[in-house]
Amino acid sequence: MTAVPTVPPTVPPTGQPVHLIPAAEHGSSARAARARALTSLISRNGAVAVLILVMIVGSATVPTFGTADNLRNTALAASFLAIIAAGMTFVIISGGIDLSVGSVYALAVILSAEMSKYGSVAAIVVPILACVLVGLVQGFVIARLGLPPFIVTLAGLTGIRGLVFFITNEGNDHPSVPGSQFFETLGTGSLLTIGNPVWITLIVFAVGWWVLNRTAFGQAVQAVGGNDTAAGLMGLPVRRVKMTVYAISGFTVGVSGVLSTALSGGGQEARVGNAYELSAIAAVVIGGTLLAGGVGSIVGTLAGITLLYVIQNLIVQGFNLNSYVQQVVSGFFLLIVVVLQAVLSRRSASG
Amino acid sequence: MLSVRGATKRFGGATALSGVDIDLFPGEVHALVGENGAGKSTLIKLMTGVYQSDAGEVRHRGEVVHFPSPREAQLAGIQTIYQEVHLAPQLSIARNVFLGRERTRFGALDLRRMNREAAELLDRYGIVADVRRPLGELGLGIQQMVAVARAVSTDASVVIMDEPTSSLEPREVDKLLEVVGLLRQQGVAVVYVSHKLDEVFRACDKITVLRDGRLVWTGATRETTRRQLISRMLGREASDLESGLRTQLGNRRPPADQPPVLTAAHLQRRFVLEDISVVVRPGEVVGLAGLLGSGRSETVKAIFGALPLDSGTVTVAGHPLTRATPASRIRAGVGMLPEDRKAEGLIPELSIRDNIGLAALPHFSVAGFVSRRKQGEIVEVFMKRLRIKASGPDQKVAELSGGNQQKVLLARMLCLNPKVLLLDEPTRGIDVGAKAEVQTLISELAEKGLGVVLISSELEEVVEGSDSVLVLRDGACLGSLFGDDISEDAIMNMIAGAAEQEMVADETQAVAQ
Amino acid sequence: MSSVSTAATNESADVPPDGPSGERPDQRRLRPGQGWARFLREHGVYVALGLLVLYNVLFTAHFNNVATIQLLFAQLPPVLLVSLGMAMVIGTGGIDLSVGATMAIASAVMAKLVAPASANGLAQPIFLAITLGIGAGLVVGVFNGVVVAVAKVQPIVATLSLLVAGRGIALVITGGALVELFVPFLKVIRQGQLFGIPYVMWVAAILTVAVAVVVRRTTFGYRLVAIGGNLRASVLAGIPVRRTLITVYAISGVLAAIAGEIATARLRASDPSYIGLLVELAAITAVVVGGTPLSGGRVRIVGTVAGVVLMQMLATTLVAHNIPNSVSQIVEGVIIVAAVYIQRVARSSA
Repeated sequence: MTAVPTVPPTVPPTGQPVHLIPAAEHGSSARAARARALTSLISRNGAVAVLILVMIVGSATVPTFGTADNLRNTALAASFLAIIAAGMTFVIISGGIDLSVGSVYALAVILSAEMSKYGSVAAIVVPILACVLVGLVQGFVIARLGLPPFIVTLAGLTGIRGLVFFITNEGNDHPSVPGSQFFETLGTGSLLTIGNPVWITLIVFAVGWWVLNRTAFGQAVQAVGGNDTAAGLMGLPVRRVKMTVYAISGFTVGVSGVLSTALSGGGQEARVGNAYELSAIAAVVIGGTLLAGGVGSIVGTLAGITLLYVIQNLIVQGFNLNSYVQQVVSGFFLLIVVVLQAVLSRRSASG
Repeated sequence: MLSVRGATKRFGGATALSGVDIDLFPGEVHALVGENGAGKSTLIKLMTGVYQSDAGEVRHRGEVVHFPSPREAQLAGIQTIYQEVHLAPQLSIARNVFLGRERTRFGALDLRRMNREAAELLDRYGIVADVRRPLGELGLGIQQMVAVARAVSTDASVVIMDEPTSSLEPREVDKLLEVVGLLRQQGVAVVYVSHKLDEVFRACDKITVLRDGRLVWTGATRETTRRQLISRMLGREASDLESGLRTQLGNRRPPADQPPVLTAAHLQRRFVLEDISVVVRPGEVVGLAGLLGSGRSETVKAIFGALPLDSGTVTVAGHPLTRATPASRIRAGVGMLPEDRKAEGLIPELSIRDNIGLAALPHFSVAGFVSRRKQGEIVEVFMKRLRIKASGPDQKVAELSGGNQQKVLLARMLCLNPKVLLLDEPTRGIDVGAKAEVQTLISELAEKGLGVVLISSELEEVVEGSDSVLVLRDGACLGSLFGDDISEDAIMNMIAGAAEQEMVADETQAVAQ
Repeated sequence: MSSVSTAATNESADVPPDGPSGERPDQRRLRPGQGWARFLREHGVYVALGLLVLYNVLFTAHFNNVATIQLLFAQLPPVLLVSLGMAMVIGTGGIDLSVGATMAIASAVMAKLVAPASANGLAQPIFLAITLGIGAGLVVGVFNGVVVAVAKVQPIVATLSLLVAGRGIALVITGGALVELFVPFLKVIRQGQLFGIPYVMWVAAILTVAVAVVVRRTTFGYRLVAIGGNLRASVLAGIPVRRTLITVYAISGVLAAIAGEIATARLRASDPSYIGLLVELAAITAVVVGGTPLSGGRVRIVGTVAGVVLMQMLATTLVAHNIPNSVSQIVEGVIIVAAVYIQRVARSSA
């Protein structure tokens, strides 16, 4: 009796060195590989595909949706959370999570307004530095002391929100930008009729994509997220990578907060940014990044956050429904995506 | 090149390594052998900066060095290839090869150069693969070869291989040993850790034997024999070996001619199992032989309902089973001992009592409430019967030795009073004494009329323990052997024969087993 | 649960794994000198609670009078109930972020049923309203359980979606508004006492004992802990994993629903955008401070109760000393990290 290869080998070995893998296994693994590739294509670009679909259907059915004005405004509204989600993507790919972004965002918003009386530079630099510092501290506790990111950033969520209330005199102060400052053009200005925050968002994502896919650091982030013990044994600086991703998250949150103050001119409440962590995580997950770490796409995150805002906008424009219905729709959309991801990845795992 | 003096390492109260010396020279392959727990892994981890030694020193090129982490060791030119492939499966092969020391241009990855160099490198070692594909899409063997390529692509002065062949096919092993030969020619000092003495004698110049964390012997390969080496590893006289090495499985009465207790017919799962049938009678031990990845574990998992099938039927004691879940199979009287004790068997933080009682909870529950008394009685019976050594039934199972952990898992299945036992590598990774006990136990169980399916990587265990043997390859059944026909040679011939037929075109690579 | 699995990896990276170390039985056994670390890990929450009580008795004016304790008793039950459910879910290695939203849904369902037609309600008897409110919690819990156990979505994401959607559902039920309730029975819930202890505290105490018995003494409790300890092994040991997981999330949902109704009674109104807000964080904090590891495999009921009391009393103490709410929030954050750090130090030296 002979073991007949179940599938003909896909790569004919003629004239080439001998395959290390027996033919049958090669064939099956190639088939499985194709299934996996298909799944990863769907889960990576699914958000983009759905986004395009929703946009087409939306413009066709809701007349006010497709107008340039509406799209501009939606993009502008989405840009703040989008920048936060970019940093979150790094954290999640590295196998962590950052629940503190909402509170840290509030810190940046308030600090930026408070500092604007010392000029534009202070209004930009101080909040961003403060947020990076918060990120570094959380990263330090996670990477050096080895505490679970979920708990550490949960403490950050509580503690930093407390700090924001402390700064604002228990939430009674609403600092605003005195006069008109140069840095406000970052938020209010526009280029080619599209608001500056949208351009900055695109720059953040372009740089983010480059760092993740084209730098040594990006490779390390993905390797650490896949298996941090293995990454350590391969000689990667695991702790430094972990600390850095939380600093990156702090940085993007800081940028987002400064832009928000630049657009609004201050006067925001200490409660600002509440539950932003949920939307940011949802966008990252919808974008095809696995919460388990290791695998992710920053382009998907951009599609994910846009999708959340487009759907909200469609509900408001098309059905004139309340904001709480938006919540319901966003929540169930997230659910559908994660269930699909789970089912697809299981199917590919089982061949 | 690298020398270690008086290396000592303690974990908690136990000493894992005490005063071990080893010297590595350029262009020399140095084998490190010993039983499980002898301290091989610990010694390697001291050399590569994973652990810090409590006493002793490491000298590299004559200078005392100290590696606070694996990164520093690798920068110094000491590369390690671990037993389980430790690479990033989601990244491409090229990115893996250069992970941690990427080729960059203006701060960006030079992907073109990385792809080209990686392709050249793999080509040099005769590995065919598209370097732009994610590593995880490849088989384990080729992943291991990529790990080797990664290690040797640096200017490594020392390459340490920890059980590099444990998941490789014979052909891949040959290839790997060729690479080891290349490294020797290049003047690299190689440490080769292996259980497989064949490989040690084929590839290594020197051998160091560890036992219980101590250096037992070190010397040139040609100055020793296998028998001497085994006796040093086991710490026994060579004359004892004859009886000591033999398994405790033989010398049973042949099973009575009764209707089969288990019939698994035409098990089929695409790419995994190809029309496999197993029949077990009461009191019969059926061995499944074959190399790693031949479908042995998959077959028993399928019988146990833990692996979904495309088609096939499983019948226990005449009753065909429909629901394919472990829970329903357990109710039908099937028990399984999983291959990976830690990942699939033990609940490490729970006590021995709770681990043994886990599957049988309904048996000592009244209206959903667990009777501690009933549970305790049964657990006590099995702890005595299987001679589980522990401070008491409430000791955490994580604190037990491998052999006792295995007995706990056996007890979990036995207290269900099964009709059929599926044993996947029941003696892997446990010490010699416990091994003999487990083997004796298997014989006893079969004598009492249980049907047993036995998988073991150690051929002699299958040969001596089984009444019939099914030989598998690539998920298909090559044939079966009965009674006196069962021998290591017969099994090897079957596997090798199939392999040869498949490779008629390629005489040079035909594996001569 | 990415965070949890990372935590587990971190731990195993620091405790020397040493492949074949299974052959050394006494390697991990404790030595007497490390007793304090283990003691802190096991009993740290009680020590902290004891110190806090002592401090209050000595330095806080009006602490040791009945009013303070009654206030504490009035505030505790909702968080306590939610924390009990959370402890069970965390014991399976999961997490339930939807508890706050579940409280809001239960509250909204109850309000919709009991409110008079003039307030857009259905004017049903209060007992039916309470039952159906709890039923809504059960539905939410079973839904979570199915998504986690059958669709095999990570618990953190599965319950995140209901955290986002749930409050919206509650608002849809009440029509987006706060519903004031003037039901006599709610006053009984609010103010009724037995032996000087509020009814709600009795309910919470009875449910705590019930949960403790379920976890420690029933087949279900044994299975729950085994699943958290090693999921794959539990499947192969024939444990009905799906059923067990769905039940755990269902219990969490029911407990959250009861908590939501108690909170509604206290508030005399159903306010879906306020009820149970951030309770998931308070509950996770209490469970973790109480010594239940986030990685699963263990449920500490008494520790959880102590954790709830500790966090609640800490807040009251800080208020009593005129420390602003913002600072007490910061302190809370520090305590969360400190609690987990102590457990971790104790574990790695053990």
